[in-house]
Amino acid sequence: MKVSYFPGCTLKTKAKVLDEYARKCAEVLGVTLEEIDNWQCCGGVFTTANDEIATKLSSVRALKHANDKGQPLVSVCSACHNVLKQTNNAMQTDDGFNFRVNQYIAPDKYNGETEVIHYLELLRDKIGYEKVKEKVVNSLAGKKIAPYYGCLLLRPGKVMAMDDVENPTIMEDLIRAIGGEPVSYAFRNECCGGYITLESKELAKAKSKRVSDNAKLNGAEVIVTACPLCKYNLEKNGSDLPVVYITELLAEAFGIKE
Amino acid sequence: MQRIGVFVCWCGSNIAGTVDVVKVAEALKSEPGVVHSANYQYMCSQAGQQLIKDAIKEHNLTGIVVCSCSPRMHEATFRKTAAAAGLNPYMVEIANIREQCSWIHKDMQEGTEKAIVLGRTAIAKVNLNAPLKPGESPVTKRALVIGGGIAGIQTALDIADAGFEVDIVEKKPTIGGKMAQLDKTFPTLDCAACILTPKMVDVAQHEKIRIFSYSEVEEVKGFVGNFDVKIRKKARYVKEDVCTGCGLCTEKCPMKKVPNDFNLGMDNKRAIYIPFAQAVPKIATIDADYCNMLKNGKCGVCAKVCTAKAIDYTQKDEFVEEKYGAIVAATGFNPISMDKFDEFAYSQSKDVITSLEFERLMNAAGPTAGKLLRPSDGVHPHKIVFVQCVGSRCASCAEKGKEYCSKICCMYTAKHAMLTRDKYPDTDVTVFYIDVRTPGKQFDEFYRRAAEEYGVHYIKGMVGKVSPEGNKLIVQGSDLIANKQLKIEADLVVLAAAIEPDKSARPLATMLTASMDTNDFFTEAHPKLRPVESPTAGIFLSGACQGPKDIPETVSQAGAAAAKVIGLLAKDKLTGNPCVAQSDELMCNGCSSCEKVCPYGAITYADKEFRGPNRTTLIRRVAQVNEAICQGCGCCTVACPSGAMDLKGFANKQIMAEVDAICK
Amino acid sequence: MENSKNVCDEIVRISKVNPRKCMKCGKCSGTCPAYDEMEYHPHQFVYMVETGDIEPLLKSKSIYRCLSCFACIDRCPRGVEPAKLVEAVRLMVVRQQGNNHLKPDDIPELLDEDLPQQAIVSAFRKYTK
Repeated sequence: MKVSYFPGCTLKTKAKVLDEYARKCAEVLGVTLEEIDNWQCCGGVFTTANDEIATKLSSVRALKHANDKGQPLVSVCSACHNVLKQTNNAMQTDDGFNFRVNQYIAPDKYNGETEVIHYLELLRDKIGYEKVKEKVVNSLAGKKIAPYYGCLLLRPGKVMAMDDVENPTIMEDLIRAIGGEPVSYAFRNECCGGYITLESKELAKAKSKRVSDNAKLNGAEVIVTACPLCKYNLEKNGSDLPVVYITELLAEAFGIKE
Repeated sequence: MQRIGVFVCWCGSNIAGTVDVVKVAEALKSEPGVVHSANYQYMCSQAGQQLIKDAIKEHNLTGIVVCSCSPRMHEATFRKTAAAAGLNPYMVEIANIREQCSWIHKDMQEGTEKAIVLGRTAIAKVNLNAPLKPGESPVTKRALVIGGGIAGIQTALDIADAGFEVDIVEKKPTIGGKMAQLDKTFPTLDCAACILTPKMVDVAQHEKIRIFSYSEVEEVKGFVGNFDVKIRKKARYVKEDVCTGCGLCTEKCPMKKVPNDFNLGMDNKRAIYIPFAQAVPKIATIDADYCNMLKNGKCGVCAKVCTAKAIDYTQKDEFVEEKYGAIVAATGFNPISMDKFDEFAYSQSKDVITSLEFERLMNAAGPTAGKLLRPSDGVHPHKIVFVQCVGSRCASCAEKGKEYCSKICCMYTAKHAMLTRDKYPDTDVTVFYIDVRTPGKQFDEFYRRAAEEYGVHYIKGMVGKVSPEGNKLIVQGSDLIANKQLKIEADLVVLAAAIEPDKSARPLATMLTASMDTNDFFTEAHPKLRPVESPTAGIFLSGACQGPKDIPETVSQAGAAAAKVIGLLAKDKLTGNPCVAQSDELMCNGCSSCEKVCPYGAITYADKEFRGPNRTTLIRRVAQVNEAICQGCGCCTVACPSGAMDLKGFANKQIMAEVDAICK
Repeated sequence: MENSKNVCDEIVRISKVNPRKCMKCGKCSGTCPAYDEMEYHPHQFVYMVETGDIEPLLKSKSIYRCLSCFACIDRCPRGVEPAKLVEAVRLMVVRQQGNNHLKPDDIPELLDEDLPQQAIVSAFRKYTK
């Protein structure tokens, strides 16, 4: 199976391991992530104002590129996935936005046909956790792992439609598939502070600390995330627990981690 | 040719304010068939009706048109008026020049023009009207009540006390419903069991009442006065007439890990059980999902210990068929699932519970024998937070919550808060509320007592997140008056979950051809004037299946439904609605289109002989309408491709004449 | 006053939020992770846009404190979507000439070794035009 892949800016710099292991683990499972040509940064956050057009065009180009190849568009960074998915939803549901975007990209046309999925959904829905389980060579043997969703993977729930917004299981089920023991804690879907770290270090610190403390209190040994900014905030703000990417964990289970 | 009288009503200024009634009466005088036209200030008054009666006699009228309010308001009135003057009541037509004209127009000229058109339309119809005579059908003098909660119990008792036979069908092994699970009841705080169980006993002992417990309605046929109902008596693997309810089997059964649904899964029961001490009927039931004997033939302890020899592992579901004159839906409610509201951590912590679970925790017969202990560790909670409106008034999320107010939560939360403070003064109680809604006798006084005398902290705001941390629950919510975000360390969080109709109501409504609203509450025939009747004749509504209700309101409505049932059963014969479908057998081609669209099952087919050419005989399949079942909805007349189906009183040619009159 | 009305109309138009849907339960402010850092809170944004009391919001630092975590959007029982309103109010400010809240010159001193690009990109997207 081949899918279109949107890595995003951070995966080319500060989060190279997230990218590298995403590709390698996919190969183990028989899937090739085909990086789309000349992708541009998604912008990091989706602007909810419906009169913002230009800032969303880079996402539209990526979406259209995948559509031309007839492939689903996969990303692994939570933020990229959120922006791509919300933009695609706007193309499907907001006629005014769709009209203006199509004027920009004419003579090309795009109407939100591409299936936008996160790497986790690729594993769960396209490959299947059963198959993931088969490829495990280093079972994580009961390691207590706290899945950290943050905000962008799940919300807005009606658009992202990945899982139950308040009680998600997609990461828990993956952790189980690779032999780990998922730790349930209430702050797994609360914000780490995100970009506010540039505006208010204190606020980012308060938010991240709350998350990592909550995970620790519930017995976690490690926190796992899909988002470089979540990882940065948690680590910078005194998490007592190591924070790793979901793809690192997977690579470890598959025995391909260097 | 008809001789038609036209009567234009002013309705005080309701109509006359925007319609020139004199001009309307004058204009309609020259319509075909009209021989008399008059206007009057209040046509529905005694004087107005007399005016109509006199005109009928004086002008020898064969039909009348009353230009007035909606026919839903006064059609029956004017039909009676006409009948009193010797005119067939179905020769009366109403032109609605109030709701559909004067009330929606501001301009006198436009209003007047429209009123004239509406009058002309009714006249065109009356010209084609024919006298109709309603048919009659007998009444089976027995009622069926579906649901054995307080609503069904009260309705059954009231009907039975009037001397009619009543059967109650209850899907659980005992009657009692939700009220049997409650601890105390607002606003007087009597113990629910103390006031409910005597009624349950009354039901059991009443010679006119039969209880079909652990049973469900399987099929409903027939029509008002003549329903044929099939009831499934589910196998309980215990002979009902032999079991003495001694309870020995429920003590000896080795299968101890069966979640106890009566206590909402907060403790366990055995695989053979009696739901609670005062169950009616007090008979054991085997849960087939857990019984080892039924699952793999290994056990049989209950049969060994039963001295009465009541256990029968071979029992099968049985069916009972019975006739009824009236059916009462009393299927009740349930709290909605909290699965989709996990911001309140219901699935993450045993110490986040629903209000109904709290009732069981406070109940002396509950899992903690009435001691308020945390489900997680059995420790007494010192700080409790109640959250109101969880899933109620939730317009954005049809898939998880309900748009309506569940009505009972403000009062039971005040009750829970008050009882907690009364019994455990060392426990601090906080209630988050959006609005406190307490309309009802002694209700607001009750709520204020909770706040003022018992020191319950009421906070205007909503909880946004509950997070279990160690043995505490951190409740994060807004205090809108203080303009603060609070983080409260609580030991127990109680969610006032929205209520919804029982899941059995939807399939039942289909069987009864009774209408429901988008929330699956049964619809009443009129929200104000016929609140306990379904629009489907012979079907009555009792309790929360019609809308959220507390106990006082449920009992009132249950009595009202009983009164309506008694009124029906007291009649020997029922007069039908003559405006029913009829099939022209010569035109019918037996295609079944009408049968498929009929919502009432009123159409059947028969093979009939027709004379063919050259003295031959043809046998053709033709539609026949059961006039007693037909409600006159007209679906069949629209579906019929050959034009064989027509509705008496609303014939196709009458409707076309009306359309022509409007377009003229 | 007339101008306030225009600004409110524009905010409603670009956010597609109807503040009248709010039933004033306060769940948005009960759930907001940035509450304590905000002078005006999510439910107040909704109320103040509804009543046209927009000037204090335009001047408030609260518009830069929203984390865009969408928790208020998902948890609002009435589908009001307060975060979209906060964003629209902020855009009313930063779209004005010379009103960028974050300037490229500010960046070097905010940088550290590990800061991911996406934080800088996101902050620019939120705070500047």
